[in-house]
Amino acid sequence: MTAEELHDVSLVVNGVLRTAQVPARRLLSDVLRHDLGLTGTHVGCEHGVCGACTVLLDGRPVRSCLMLGVSADGHEVTTVEGLTRPDGSLGPVQQAFVECHGLQCGFCTPGFVTTATAFLRENAQPTRDEAVQAISGNLCRCTGYQNIVRSVLRAAEIVRDQGVQP
Amino acid sequence: MTTRLFGEPVQRVEDPRLVSGRGRYLDDVDDTGAVHAAFVRSPHAHARVRGIDVAEAIDVDGVVGIYTYDDLEGAAAEPLPLLIPHPDLAHPRTGYALARDLVHHVGEPVVMVVATDRYVAEDAAERVVVDYEVLPPVVGIEQAARGERLVHADVPGNVAAVSTQSFGDAAAAIAAAPHTLDLHWDIERSASMPMEGKGVLARWDAGERRLTVFSSTQTSTGVRGAIAAKLGLPVTSVDVIAPDVGGGFGVKIMHPWPEEVLVPWVAVRLGRPVKWVEDRREHFISSAHERGQLQTVKVGFDDAGRILGLEVDLLHDNGAYTPYGLIVPIITSTQIMGPYKPGAYRVTFTSLYTNTVIVTPYRGAGRPQAAYAIERTMDRIAQHLGLDRTAVREANFVQVEDFPYDYGLTWQDGRPYEYDSGDFPASMAKLKALVDWDSFEQVRDEARAQGRRVGIGVACYVEGTGIGPYEGGHVTVETSGKVKVAIGLSTQGQGHQTICAQIVADELGVPLADIEVTTGDTRRMGYAVGTFASRAAVMSGNAVGLAARTVREKALRIAGNALECDPGDLELVNGVVRVKGDPSVSMALGTVAVLANPLRYAFDEASKAATQFTGGHVDDLPIAAGDEPGLEASEFFAVSRSTFANGMHAVVVETDPETAEVKILRYCVVHDCGRLVNPMIVEGQIHGGVAQGVGGALYEIMAYDENGQLLNASFMDFLMPYVTEVPDTIEIDHLETPSTRNPLGIKGAGEAGTIPGSALLASAIEDAEGFAITRMPISPSELFHLRQRHAAGEIPAVANQAPAAKPMRKRTTRKGPTS
Amino acid sequence: MKPPRFTYHRPESVDDALAVLAEAGHDGKVLAGGQSLIPILNMRLAAPGHLVDINRLTELAGVRTEADGVRVGALARHAEVEADDAAAGRVPLLRQGLRLVAHPTIRNRGTTVGSLVHADPSGEMTAVLALLGGSVELARLGGTRTVAAADFFVGPLESCLEPGELAVSAWFPALPGHTGTAFLELARRRGDYAMCGVAAVVTLDADGAVAEARAAYLSVSPVPLVLDLTEAVSGQAAATADWAAAADLARARVEPEADIHATAEYRRHLAGVLTARALAEAAGRAA
Repeated sequence: MTAEELHDVSLVVNGVLRTAQVPARRLLSDVLRHDLGLTGTHVGCEHGVCGACTVLLDGRPVRSCLMLGVSADGHEVTTVEGLTRPDGSLGPVQQAFVECHGLQCGFCTPGFVTTATAFLRENAQPTRDEAVQAISGNLCRCTGYQNIVRSVLRAAEIVRDQGVQP
Repeated sequence: MTTRLFGEPVQRVEDPRLVSGRGRYLDDVDDTGAVHAAFVRSPHAHARVRGIDVAEAIDVDGVVGIYTYDDLEGAAAEPLPLLIPHPDLAHPRTGYALARDLVHHVGEPVVMVVATDRYVAEDAAERVVVDYEVLPPVVGIEQAARGERLVHADVPGNVAAVSTQSFGDAAAAIAAAPHTLDLHWDIERSASMPMEGKGVLARWDAGERRLTVFSSTQTSTGVRGAIAAKLGLPVTSVDVIAPDVGGGFGVKIMHPWPEEVLVPWVAVRLGRPVKWVEDRREHFISSAHERGQLQTVKVGFDDAGRILGLEVDLLHDNGAYTPYGLIVPIITSTQIMGPYKPGAYRVTFTSLYTNTVIVTPYRGAGRPQAAYAIERTMDRIAQHLGLDRTAVREANFVQVEDFPYDYGLTWQDGRPYEYDSGDFPASMAKLKALVDWDSFEQVRDEARAQGRRVGIGVACYVEGTGIGPYEGGHVTVETSGKVKVAIGLSTQGQGHQTICAQIVADELGVPLADIEVTTGDTRRMGYAVGTFASRAAVMSGNAVGLAARTVREKALRIAGNALECDPGDLELVNGVVRVKGDPSVSMALGTVAVLANPLRYAFDEASKAATQFTGGHVDDLPIAAGDEPGLEASEFFAVSRSTFANGMHAVVVETDPETAEVKILRYCVVHDCGRLVNPMIVEGQIHGGVAQGVGGALYEIMAYDENGQLLNASFMDFLMPYVTEVPDTIEIDHLETPSTRNPLGIKGAGEAGTIPGSALLASAIEDAEGFAITRMPISPSELFHLRQRHAAGEIPAVANQAPAAKPMRKRTTRKGPTS
Repeated sequence: MKPPRFTYHRPESVDDALAVLAEAGHDGKVLAGGQSLIPILNMRLAAPGHLVDINRLTELAGVRTEADGVRVGALARHAEVEADDAAAGRVPLLRQGLRLVAHPTIRNRGTTVGSLVHADPSGEMTAVLALLGGSVELARLGGTRTVAAADFFVGPLESCLEPGELAVSAWFPALPGHTGTAFLELARRRGDYAMCGVAAVVTLDADGAVAEARAAYLSVSPVPLVLDLTEAVSGQAAATADWAAAADLARARVEPEADIHATAEYRRHLAGVLTARALAEAAGRAA
């Protein structure tokens, strides 16, 4: 059996140019986690349903378990690690989740945080219904979602009150 | 800092790390140099393994090793342990780590492939050829009970166990009762389904002869004990760490999973780290499920609905093996009592094998089935007598003056099933007020006028929590003044680090930010049992409380000595020991820690600073007899009885007259788990539990076909609720009847929200539809068909039994609605 | 659940893509959005030897609204098409259907043309194309062909695409004036594959009476089923039309199957319920 062909991948992750050499079939989720050492993005199902692997591709949420790493070549990716501020303090969405007890085990949380961040960048003053629709594609087994919805709405408040970018 | 943290909704100390992607779950742990495992799993529910051909697989570039049962030696080649034996478990069976000659469910591991990465391991696994002789499978309780086909050839009738408990003479009481009913209930399988599957990483240090294992487990000490036994290593040579765990809900208390034995075994054999991370399909077909039971109830009652005699026969599906013993059906058997005191009771369960995934606890662990049996029965009693469903329940409640109430039954810990505290009438009153129970008929009338169909349901439960044997807490004050706490059981999102820190902060007067809590690491706390049965706050919380108390007393004694004052005149505030009323006389807690360890050498500023406090007499021993150096303590908290929490839920549903969809309009909870350490965390547990209860009532099943194939082994077809499927709001009211069984007065809260779900939704849908619902969960398609059968006269009507109690009618003994 | 090996191609032009596809033949698969393909690969339900990633083919991007319809390029993501106001104005059924496709995150990557080629009888866009009588443009080395919706969907998960062909765009024709559309579906959970879905078109005449009523169905037949239900409601005033009669017609004609989520009979029942509701809603928009 021949050795697997490796492809050069270069992408900007959380504002930093990163490169890797990976087989074509390596999923973006695995490239981020294992080749680039960014383990904040989690893998819950590998069939695109749970959303734990959600990252921002050129600013839009996508399932990293449903993308090949090579397909991300030349693109920008934002993971949950990239949503912490440069000084290490929490971004508004992260802050809101802490305040509202929007996480328990934390495994699904990065997917919610990235999804909510992209959502608030598009819709800074969401209604409760809009917030619910925005996170309707992410599974959580711990929280029952009550506090996650609160967290999204609280994040909108923080963005507004502190005049910061989500 | 003088505010007490106990009882405060303190933000979790775990969270900043977790929300910024700095969680460290199993697959995040440094695996440098590791090789990766994948498994060939049985595609058949029941088969004989005739041969295994790995020739094609070995050739795959990157394969490091391929293992079958024949490679296992010693204890590793013996069946996996029977964790909890029971005298009634007459025919226990457990599997082998790798199938020996028979496989008993789809998903059972047969061959282990180890390679440079998981992709390659899966490539190789695909190329392994296993020759199976397919055998007839047993699927479903009814087929198992008929016993025409056997799961295990030497287990007659597929019966693992038959077990009976009783008090009084139920049969006689029923025979003499004014009214009796014969009822049948059916509740389906679901599963824990945490977002993170299982995983194991093992490293063997051949020079040190130490094995370090990371596992996504609810019991690191359990896994350690099992691995040591299976690999023939001393327990002291094995460390097991549960890193951050992405949810457990019971499935990760089962241990050792085959992979928890095999991964370390290969690590020792290869001398390289080995890792296995379960994928979602594996989790569906090789973890555990729970909930499936068929229940037969015979009940005799009086005109007020008081139960005079209750007989319950349960058929329990335990899957292919019984490694966890009979815990789930035993819990069902006892918790059927709920908040009630029937005059006489007999329960018998038959635990049956089927060729399906094993059944071990899932949040609730048999209690949801118990609530289902008794709560549905209460509804039927009310319907039969024309009484309000809450009035019938109230007539049966254990009263406040009855506590402690001993049923004369034996609980899952082998101890008497005795309730310590509760106030069921008060809980019910609160619930009725919260959901506006008494004015529901008006709501129903208004809806009816709009062509809408609504119903209200109620369900109660009692939950045995805080079970023994023990847990430990270790508290150390470092010379820096920071406090390190360790508890032995592991955490899967329940906020243990935060609540333990709150308890320690109160005891030691140290800011929360200066306290760090480690969980589930046998290197830090080697004696522990595990996280299950809603016990962590009770057991570990009390243990750290005791340890912190001991540290506090030692700190005051040492500081008193150094400051030359009575310890009784000292207080601990904000990390400083000081004289009450004279804060200028003080010393930092960190300094006390230095003094607690009289060394010859001063390594740092802290120890140099301590030299100014060298009080005491020149003939004093530096360490008094019986004392130890250091400002630290380990304390263990043991209980001889569980402590019993309770709750009552009500739900208002609307059913679509055309599509039969079920929509939840209101969901109300009254919850009593004694004193609350952190109300925010408790509410989070309730929210999560309710979501699983709703999921189990309306969406989740394990769809096995007649060949034992799991048809919905993915998130596409196993329908866990999204945000759009849970109630918009969960209205919660609390009652606190403190526990009498631990110093903190707390009870467990972890499983509560889930327990009444199926009973509750059945009660409400039945009320909306006006006909009997006996089987749960229920989908729109199923409700549609029930409507048709009801219209055709096949299913009896059930009168709306809401608010406004109707006058009692005298009835003669007769059979009520069945099925 | 990791994909099996394949040879990866990322052509920079459509011609290059066609050349690779021609060579790969039956062993070649196009990767566009990947939202259907990659789960299949992860679960090892398919093992194509060659994957042709068309995401660099920018000439296939875009949504173009024209006078008589909307042309959707192969690389247009569901989310793009959904957000395109001009397209929604010309062919409202596009946005009505797209809103129901999976979840927003999936729509960010999945392509509308890709979902047509995937030909899932539970896919919303297949019903939309069928109902509108749209078409798909297929290219191969040496030429292109346009296939009408009625001929495009051959069987469940099977389109008429031949090895070596690449779908480059889909055409969704606009409907005449006084026409309203609606799309309703019932799934077990929000975003799941529908147990039954109905896309409906109602055209009224100058007096506000029903001139035409048609519907396309999800999940109740092996390929998208389009039914002309006009005979049940022809000439009736929109506000009081006998949609129940149309529902009866629909119920008689759908061919549902059972699965673990719903029986065939329940799906048939839903087809009726949703037909009545969707036609009424479409009629309400027809003015």
